[in-house]
Amino acid sequence: MPGFGEIAVSALICLGAFFLFVGSFGLAKLPDLMRRLHGPTKATTLGIGALLIASMLYFILEDEIVSLQELLITTFLFLTAPVTALMVAKAHILLDKNDQEHLPPTGREAGWSVLDAPQTDEVKKS
Amino acid sequence: MLKTLLPHPLLTLLIVLMWILLSGFSVGSAAFGLLLGVAIPRLTSAYWPDRPRIGSPLTIIEYALIVLWDIVVANFQVAYLILFRRGDDLHSQFVTVPLDLRTPEAITALAGTITMTPGTVSASLSADGRALLVHCLETNDPEQTVAGIKSRYESRLQRIFET
Repeated sequence: MPGFGEIAVSALICLGAFFLFVGSFGLAKLPDLMRRLHGPTKATTLGIGALLIASMLYFILEDEIVSLQELLITTFLFLTAPVTALMVAKAHILLDKNDQEHLPPTGREAGWSVLDAPQTDEVKKS
Repeated sequence: MLKTLLPHPLLTLLIVLMWILLSGFSVGSAAFGLLLGVAIPRLTSAYWPDRPRIGSPLTIIEYALIVLWDIVVANFQVAYLILFRRGDDLHSQFVTVPLDLRTPEAITALAGTITMTPGTVSASLSADGRALLVHCLETNDPEQTVAGIKSRYESRLQRIFET
């Protein structure tokens, strides 16, 4: 592998490790659950992303194979991370009476779906 | 006939491609991928009755690039907030984003995008599906945050899913 390739791969791995660390650090440092949720959902996307790009680059330069499985990992991460965050947030709202009282209004007749039963068009008609 | 066999043709194509990528290309893996690609959309079609209409690939690529760029910027912003600010000093709050989007697929995409981008996490949907509850890590001007989400992401998703 050429020298600049090694430098590029190492730099990407360091960048990824840095953002993963910041994400975990935010999880430990921030004071309440909703703020803590921001660390792992964001700082880790670029962290994992940089590591995966480093992995692709390594295999292209070292073995001259274009490895596409990293793209799949990215896709799965982007599909699942928001769902996890949404579920954690919903569970938090259900449990935290103080946050429940301070939620902003929906601006509509229906309340938030965590606390109110869903109101679809079919329910309204019947 | 074709519609009962393949309720979501794009999903079928995606599953086949994904299976081939995961297991390496061979006739066997392609055949098994095709089997999965036919079986999974049929088994889950009861939970996904409508077929979303999707706009031109160019608008989707444009949207993906914008979101990727925002994710990179957001990472640096959030890293700065986490490392150099006291947690208690952050002006965090919930804001309400009224939705113009109506299709479930588009709202899901918007909620996912919000969670992955600058200092915002989507926390809930209103019971009638017309507003999103979003938590901001740091905002001094909630109205501007909401306007930013609507103009940057929602208008583009509307063009992709609802034109």
